[in-house]
Order: sequence, then structure tokens, then C-alpha cells
Amino acid sequence: MDSKTLTHLQRLEAESIHILREVVAEAENPVMLYSVGKDSAVMLHLAKKAFYPAPPPFPLLHVDTTWKFQEMYKLRDKAAKDAGMELLVYQNPEAQERGINPFDHGGLHTDMWKTEGLKQALDKYGFDAAFGGARRDEEKARAKERVFSFRSANHRWDPKNQRPELWRLYNARKAKGESVRVFPISNWTELDIWQYIHLEGIEIVPLYFSAPRPTVVRDGLILMVDDDRFPLNGEEPVMRSVRFRTLGCYPLTGAVESEAKTLPEVIQEMLLTTTSERQGRAIDHDQAASMEKKKQEGYF
Amino acid sequence: MNTQDPIYKTDALIAENIEQYLETHQHKTMLRFITCGSVDDGKSTLIGRLLYDSKMIFEDQLATLEADSKRSGTQGEEIDFALLVDGLAAEREQGITIDVAYRFFTTEKRKFIVADTPGHEQYTRNMVTGASTADLAVILIDARKGILTQTRRHSYLVKLLGIRHVVLAVNKMDLVGYDQAVFDKIVADYTAFAAEIGIEEFTPIPISGFKGDNITGPSENTPWYDGVSLLPHLETVEVEDSREQAGPFRMQVQWVNRPNLDFRGFAGLVASGQVRPGDEVRVLPSGKTSTVARIVALEGDRDLAVAGESITLTLTDEIDCSRGQVISAAQAPLEVADQFESTIVWMDEQELLPGRAYWLKIGTQTVSATVAEPKYEVNVNTQEHLASKTLDLNAIGVANITLDREIPFAPYAENRDLGGFILIDKITNHTVAAGMINFALRRAQNIHWQATDIGRDHHAHMKHQKPAVVWLTGLSGSGKSTIANIVEKKLARMNRHTFLLDGDNVRHGLNKDLGFTEADRVENIRRVGEVAKLMTDAGLIVITAFISPFRSERDMVRGMMHPGEFLEIFVDTPLDVAESRDVKGLYAKARSGQLKNFTGIDSPYEHPEAPELRIDTTEMTPEEAADLIIARLIP
Repeated sequence: MDSKTLTHLQRLEAESIHILREVVAEAENPVMLYSVGKDSAVMLHLAKKAFYPAPPPFPLLHVDTTWKFQEMYKLRDKAAKDAGMELLVYQNPEAQERGINPFDHGGLHTDMWKTEGLKQALDKYGFDAAFGGARRDEEKARAKERVFSFRSANHRWDPKNQRPELWRLYNARKAKGESVRVFPISNWTELDIWQYIHLEGIEIVPLYFSAPRPTVVRDGLILMVDDDRFPLNGEEPVMRSVRFRTLGCYPLTGAVESEAKTLPEVIQEMLLTTTSERQGRAIDHDQAASMEKKKQEGYF
Repeated sequence: MNTQDPIYKTDALIAENIEQYLETHQHKTMLRFITCGSVDDGKSTLIGRLLYDSKMIFEDQLATLEADSKRSGTQGEEIDFALLVDGLAAEREQGITIDVAYRFFTTEKRKFIVADTPGHEQYTRNMVTGASTADLAVILIDARKGILTQTRRHSYLVKLLGIRHVVLAVNKMDLVGYDQAVFDKIVADYTAFAAEIGIEEFTPIPISGFKGDNITGPSENTPWYDGVSLLPHLETVEVEDSREQAGPFRMQVQWVNRPNLDFRGFAGLVASGQVRPGDEVRVLPSGKTSTVARIVALEGDRDLAVAGESITLTLTDEIDCSRGQVISAAQAPLEVADQFESTIVWMDEQELLPGRAYWLKIGTQTVSATVAEPKYEVNVNTQEHLASKTLDLNAIGVANITLDREIPFAPYAENRDLGGFILIDKITNHTVAAGMINFALRRAQNIHWQATDIGRDHHAHMKHQKPAVVWLTGLSGSGKSTIANIVEKKLARMNRHTFLLDGDNVRHGLNKDLGFTEADRVENIRRVGEVAKLMTDAGLIVITAFISPFRSERDMVRGMMHPGEFLEIFVDTPLDVAESRDVKGLYAKARSGQLKNFTGIDSPYEHPEAPELRIDTTEMTPEEAADLIIARLIP
């Protein structure tokens, strides 16, 4: 009998689909956190494959900060519709009321909109399992993160109480009130993600491709002036040919100058580039080991 | 620094023809490997070196690394690669459990996932976890030290977890002057040892992770070595596809896909073999046969699926098949059994309690299982067999396990997915152990349940009563025996056929071989449960008075009985009240340390969560309590 050699992407895909199905089989009320980025796009695509011909049997949840790029909101609505899935959008009403924004409130912005917003949304709908698109290669702190990450009833990550994961066996049992965050693409690298998007023709936000965009430079970050809420202190936005390597709140996400207009060009640039991916995100510069701390507080 | 030609660093093709580069890279395979060794062996340095040489280090990381190397590195002005992957020390200080850190790098031919297990503490647990998914193991040896106890331990675990490819990386060759004699001696020593533990093949390579010798290509420092270098070996070692696909088709059903009445698909990951539409299959354990109709996929139906792929297939017949069952090649079905000999690696602070029921998850199925007292424990350093009554954290032992139903399986040596399992504590939900099925025990298959002509209904009918177990639980001195006595007397006056099983009395006979350790308490209750069950089959109303401090065991006994026949009565007396009564003088002994493992003093009592009845002895007399129980028993 001839054997068929599986490629690395086929192996990764099979593993991710296995994880997605395992959660659906064992959790009572799962949800997929959808951030509209490239990792979310891959995770959603994998979910479509895992449950085809049924639509993925869980809703998508976008914990919205109201400060995402316009193009992200556009693709978000389209992607959910294409997948035949319910889209839940949650905005923390307290953050809304207090007008929390990235310009005036610094770390509080992420804290209230994302961390608190996520906890509130999970509680509101009673989700006991939430898929997230985090990858272990993103930084040192994530290299040791498990695929199934357990949270107490008040969403605390208890690093001393995580379970060993052997073979393809995931222990998803939990007490009432506890929940689990599940990362189906833990073992994918940034290059794997790009290659898979290329191979499978997955639609991603056009912001990943270079185009002339109105920008200003602040604290060494090239920021895009995406709408008129951006307070310009006498600055004149300059059209620059830029693209984004990661996507988040537009006032917190640095662009890179680039001419890469196609997917292969983006991948080429990524391979030839010499700085690591998360450099463009203001959130990680705050403090060393910041991810560890945020995770304990409930941020993804 | 004697850095090798950075042949893995950049690929000219990326700049020249990205499309062609992507095409090439889509055909890469994947290898998962584990590195075994301590920090002293240069493990972190080696992993850092691999990341560096395969260009997984970005400029910003390199700048940080250079700065860190000068500040806290151990290599003077040179780059300390270990700093790339360490950073676990601080976390360990914070008490964060790190079992395995996963690192990723890629070359032109392969993507690699490295399982890095830190430190000496918890080494067995961590290494077993990392090794469970590895195709290859790199066993690191410090050339200056040769084969150490830990080398034996690592090799034993590698063999135990069934890793088929072993690299013996003799590291720090630069510190022994690249001396061939040193290398040859270590290889000879290891050859003898490997044969002892059953490692048939291994690839020895003399390296220096620090200097880069024989990592990406041949080193001029070891002209006497004409074998393969480490990275080229990792790139070319045979991946598991052909072996996995050579066996008969098996797929554990993970999820039944039913979007509408016209479609019923069975989703799962193929554990072995290949499958095509038209193949005859058998569903286990039911044994029903059918034929594969379609292999359904988003991109269109497929004509072949192989081991390692997650698929959805449909059958031509409407047969029962649900999560946990195994679809298997019709001509080569799996074995089915409910008792096994298995090797168990204990991973929890709370030791194994033989006789206690745990959840056992194997593949996509979860069943209830009890583990017998280990046949022996294995000393991981010397592989000697030791007598043991339990298994503590990081202990490895061989024991029989009994399941509450039959499952399809394969020995672990044949297939990891069909023979590897985890044990889960039913109360804490912790993963407490990893296990590997060695073989099924024939015993169960030959003892069939004897169907008797006069059944339990008949017995009960003759006695004009409904059998039941009235299970009194509570602290010593809570009043269980007193109440139980009154209940039995009252029932006798009502012409009911009863039997009172008393804790102290049973320990004079049936259970006189048992003490008061947790394990013995579990076994004590299990036996009492079995006796009570036989008595209910005989039609009796059984009254028991046992402290029975653990929720798991009370639930286990409940599970043995017919639904509705088990009444858990919580005789609730506060500790200080029970202690002040101290009828038998036991509390005084326990307080003075003469009596060990005494419930409420130095051994826990787990309160019932939903007892059928709770008796507050501070608010009612034993007489009143007995009336309450009888009212519940005979409405």
C-alpha cells in the first residue's frame, strides 16, 4: 500500500480540527472569540472545515472596543454571514458610559473594553468554553501555555492548577461556573498562518496589504488616522504606503511602511523582515512580562 | 565564535521568486521532537542554537539577546543562546507549574516542534507529557561526564512512551578537545545500556551546541566523524506516515454530524490506516458492519483519507454509532475488553487510591475505572521493580485496571491513540495520571455473569418488601450505630427483613486485613458496598453504619445499587459535639497522637452534597431520627 505523506499544514489542520470538535463534543455552551485578525480568520476557516456540511455549532463573539479599524467591522459582519453563524457583538456598557478611549485612558482602555468586556460577555451568555486564536510562537510567555486553559468562576487564570496535556487527550471536565479557554491554533507559527491563508484562499482584512493611508507618527509608531475621533494636535496626517502586521484598536496599532500589495509579497516581506511580530502593538511595551499579568487578569 | 556557514539562515529564493518558494514550502513535513537533559547538559543552548541557525531569531530579539548575554550570560562576550529559551526560572520561583514549553522552527524541508521540559523537579511528569507527542528524542550527554543516572532515566522514559527515533547528542565536545576516544567510549557504553532497555536503534552525533559543531553541517573540528550532522538528520529522519498508514483502518468517532435528517456524518481523526469510499467497516464495540459511502469535506468529497487526518465520513447503512465508538476495517476489527494490565505514570499531588473510581479517557471515550494495587513500581533511574501499595506523584507502576464497560482498544505499543489514556479525579477534575495499555486480561472474558433463574425481583416479592440500602455516614461518635440499631428494631417490629452492617463488626471479619490509611478505607467501603449489593439482590433492607468519609466511595456504592435503592443518610454532628461524647475514647487517643488517620482530626471528612436525608443530632433524639428514616424508607 502506498502511503501519502502529510505536509506540516495538513498535520496542523488535523490537530486544530480535532481540538475544535473535542470542545463541541464536551462543552455545554461553546463560543468562538473572533477578533477579525488573520489568526481569527484561520480559526474560523478551520471551524467551517471541522463541522462541514453543518455550520459551526456555536456563535462568534466579538468583544468590541469601538476603536477597531472600519475595515475590520466590515469584514467581521461579512465573515459571520458567509459562515452561516450568529455574530454576537459585546461592548462594555461601563466603558461606553465613561467614554473610555485609548488616547486619554492608556492601559485602562484595554482593561475595561477587552478584559472586563470579555468577562462580562462570557457571563452574560453563560459560555463555558471559548476558543481563542493565540499562538505559542507569539512570545516566550505563551510557549508554555496549554491548549485548554482553565479559569475559575471569576475568570482568574490559575497557573498553579493547569492540567498536563498528553497525546491528543484533553481533559475538558470542569465544575459548575468554571470555564475553559481553548486555543486550537497553539502550534501554528506566523509563517504557517500566512501559508495556510495563501493555500486556502482565506479572506483577510485589506489592512494587511499595503496601500496609501493617512498616518501620523507618535512615539515611534506609525498610526493610521482611521476616523475623525483621532485627536490631531496640529498634526497633518501624511499619506504613507503602509500595511499592518497585526490588527487591534487603530490608535494602538503601529503600521509598517511597505510596498507589499499581494499575499506572496506580504509573506516575502515577513520572511525577509528582521523584527518580531508584536513590535507593532503598544500593549506589550507597557511592562516586561505584561502578557503573563494580563492573562492572569483574564485578557486573552 | 566558530559559527558554521549559516546555510539555514536566508533563502535566496525568498527574495528572487516568492511564489516558487511558497510552492516548495507547502510540501514541507513536520517533525515533533523532545530534548532530554538538564540545563547543565547544554539543552537550552542547543535549542537556542537551532532557533538561531534556522533564522527564527529576529533582529530585535537578537539585540535583546546580546544585551542580556553581556549582563547575565555565562559565556563572556559571546552570545548565550540559552537565554533565548530560558526565562523559566522566574516563573518557577512564582510557583507557576510549567510542564512543557513548546518551541518552533522551520527549515527548507521541515517544520519542527520542540518539546522543552525544564528542570529536575517534576521531571518524570513533564518529560512524559512532552514525550507523548514526540516522534523523536534527542538525548543530551555532557561529553565530560558520560552516561549518568539521568541518561538512564531519560532513555527509559523515551522507550516507555514509544518514541521510535533516538539521537544521542554527545555535547560539549569542544570541552574535551574534540577527542574521538571520548565519543567512542560514550557510544559503546550507551549501546550496551540501550539494548538492556530495548532501544534497538539510535544515532550518536558529537556536537557542541555552544560552538555550533555538527549542528547544521560537518565540523572541521571532528574530521574523524563522517556521520550525519544534527539538523540534516532531523530534516531527513523518516516521519511516521508510512508506519501509521500501514496498519488497518481505525477511527475513534469524535462527533456525530447531523445538520438535517438526510445527513449523518461521523467525524474523527484517523488513528491508523487508510480509508476509501466503498471500504467495508465494522463499528466497535457493537460489531455492526457497513460500508463507507463518502468522505465529506468542505472543498469537495475525497477519495482517500489517511492516519493523522481529521475527517468526516458517512456510511451506507443507518447503524448506531456514537462518540467513543471506533469505526474499524471490517476484516481486522479491534479487540474489545474491560480489564487491562497497564503502565501508569502518576501526576497528581494526591496519591493513587487503589479501588477508587476515576474517569478514564481514552481516545474520544470516557468511562469509569478502578485501579488495583500496583503489581510493582518502577525505579525510573535503575528500572528495578519495587513493591508498592500506591503510586505517588512522579511514580511509574504497573497495575490492572477495571472499567465499567467494554471498550475497543489496541496495546499502546501498537498505537498511541488507541492505547494511551488519562485518569481524571471525579471530584477535583484534575488529570491525575497517564496510562498505557499493555494487554487485556483474559479473566473478564471467561467469567460470564451467571443469569440465575430465581432473580432479585422474586426474592423481594417473597419478602413483600422493596430492597434498599440505608447508608448512614458521619463522624465517629455522631450516633450512626445507635440510630441504625433503633431503625432495625423498628423495621423488625414491622415484619421487614433487614440486616445491619456495622463498621466495627465488619472489621472483625470480612475486612480484618484492612487498616485506616486512605487506600484501606477505600477498599473497606468497596467491600461493604459489594456485600450490601448482594443482600439487596436477596431482597433485604440493609442498614449500614460507616464513617465512609470520602464522597467518591459513597458515590461508588450508590452507583452499584439499583436506582432508588440507595438512601444516603448524613448523620450530622459537629466535631466538637462528637468529640465531647467520645464514647470509645478514640478522640482522646487521636488528639494525643496515639491514633493516626482519625477522621476529623488528621484525616478529612467530606460532607455529602445531596444526601437523601440529613439528621441533625443536636436537634433530635436518636428515636426521632429513626422515625424520620423509616418515614423516608417506607412512605
